[in-house]
Amino acid sequence: MSFDALFFYAFAAVTVIGSLLVVLQKNPVYSVLSIIAAFFGLAGLYVLLEAPFVAVVQIIIYAGAIMVLFLFVVMLLNVPREDAAEWDRSHPLYRPMAVRIGAVLAVLLALELGWALSRTAGLSAGVADDSPAVSSVAELGKVLFTDYMFAFEVTSILIIAAMVGAVVLARKREH
Amino acid sequence: MIGDFIAFMTSPTMIAYMGVVTVVFVGLQLMAAVMVYAERKVAAFMQQRYGPYPVGPKGLLQPIADVVKLFFKEELRPKAADAFLFSLAPIISVAAAYLAFAPVPFGAPTDFFGWLPEPLPLQVSDVNVAVLVIFAVASMGVYGIVLAGWASNSKYSLLGGLRSSAQMISYELAYGMALATVVMMAGTLSLRGIVDAQQGYWLGFIPKWYVIPQAIGFFVFACAGVAETNRAPFDFPEAEQELVAGYHTEYSSMRFAMFFMAEYINMVTVSAVAANLYLGGWHGPFISPQFGWIWFVIKVAFLLFVYLWLRWTLPRFRYDQLMAFGWKVLLPLATVNLILTAAGVLYFEL
Amino acid sequence: MSIGHYLVLSGLLFAIGTAGVFLRRNLITLLLSVEIMLNAVNLAFVAFGRQLGEVDGQIITFFVMTVAAAEAAVGLALVIGLFRHRESLNPEAFTSLKW
Repeated sequence: MSFDALFFYAFAAVTVIGSLLVVLQKNPVYSVLSIIAAFFGLAGLYVLLEAPFVAVVQIIIYAGAIMVLFLFVVMLLNVPREDAAEWDRSHPLYRPMAVRIGAVLAVLLALELGWALSRTAGLSAGVADDSPAVSSVAELGKVLFTDYMFAFEVTSILIIAAMVGAVVLARKREH
Repeated sequence: MIGDFIAFMTSPTMIAYMGVVTVVFVGLQLMAAVMVYAERKVAAFMQQRYGPYPVGPKGLLQPIADVVKLFFKEELRPKAADAFLFSLAPIISVAAAYLAFAPVPFGAPTDFFGWLPEPLPLQVSDVNVAVLVIFAVASMGVYGIVLAGWASNSKYSLLGGLRSSAQMISYELAYGMALATVVMMAGTLSLRGIVDAQQGYWLGFIPKWYVIPQAIGFFVFACAGVAETNRAPFDFPEAEQELVAGYHTEYSSMRFAMFFMAEYINMVTVSAVAANLYLGGWHGPFISPQFGWIWFVIKVAFLLFVYLWLRWTLPRFRYDQLMAFGWKVLLPLATVNLILTAAGVLYFEL
Repeated sequence: MSIGHYLVLSGLLFAIGTAGVFLRRNLITLLLSVEIMLNAVNLAFVAFGRQLGEVDGQIITFFVMTVAAAEAAVGLALVIGLFRHRESLNPEAFTSLKW
């Protein structure tokens, strides 16, 4: 197995296990930490895809800022461990028949997906085969500020709107 | 293939590279120890007293005494503390501190007087997005603190942890903008490229360091760097008079030693990055480029002295003053600096 | 590594995220699962961008990340407001609009 494949499987394993732990864990702080681990795995995959800038930006924005926000909210609200037992007993989606039908549907979907994938041509084309990678930040900046200029400016308005919205929504009401 | 691998691992380049990595690792730990001693001696002299002197000549063995004391203390853990996170937090802090120094170069590429076939850069890893990697790892350091505050399950720790991490993420903005300004002037994200852009002299004797055209940027970076490392005058979240000891109240022995070490290594990293970005890295007069690391060490030592000077001279900011300074003064200043530099680079080809 | 590997991984992550949205009873973990889905999409974009040799894949990733940040901020502000109202983070607790 070449080094490339080894690294791919290692990072992919970190990402998938991290994501699974997010969904399966009860303690929300551990969920946030698992997703951070998953983001590191994703950053490794981006480096393998020769996009180092995206990898570092992923760590800075996602793992370094958004997840800190999540962690703050979890700590400020003192979110308890999820105790879903008493809600489960009355929830319609957790009745036995529903679970069985749901499982059958899930297996059916997975089989269909596998069938569709095996029929798709070009899936085994190597990612790095055809064209050289564009990984220089200068090139990224150039395209960002020429072709995608409008989206860039609108994104800044979006961020201001989100900031104002978050501050207004989370304010304590003076009753 | 195994034969190739072994030949690769024992080639002179690899041995020299391992030597460089070892020097960086051991050097950072030694710097932490030296800073422990230097801090107390400098503080003492500024306060007109002697500082530690019984242990060893002029108290030089004081750091060793401190380490031995910390090693033999009892490892406590509050019963209601989250065991996994309680142990994980200092590990994250220390790992982030060491990792942040990896992309920082400390000397010109050298071939060790002809031993190596080609010059080896004096750097643990030569990435071409080095500036961003340092910023990313600084964002990771926040987690050590916030998890320490949470896992200790105590009021002072939680408050200290939340305040400290809020402070760190607020000052990261101004930090990033100062970095972006230097990157704009140098035209490259690689630290080696930024240092190389500061070679040469204007008028024959004024070095082309970025601290001269970017004085405002240097001020912003210095304030943000001091706030990022939670040092005075921005050390409200861990000050003894205010919050007992903030996020590391409940920690003792080696876990506390790790936080302690992480703080000093972060100081060294911020000083090293500032020396590379603004003070010309390893360029300096009178020494041939092969020995540029001597100048680098001198500059970093000077910046560390400035750190100590700030701590023992200035009173500390109250927390709301601290946050107001970061958001209302430093951030607009950094933004204006960015815009002016952009205009300057465009029209004057600075 | 072939494009199929990256796409299967992206699909798997998306499926895990969707399962999280359906199965979890905690608003914050729900938002985290949405973030996983967005990251799966990012991975697909970058993989395709690499295969075609274009830089557009990476650029769209920035916009996705920015939108995810904005959405996380507003979503968490809403969660804080909801928690203040009902003292619970279970989505089942907010049923006042049900007939």
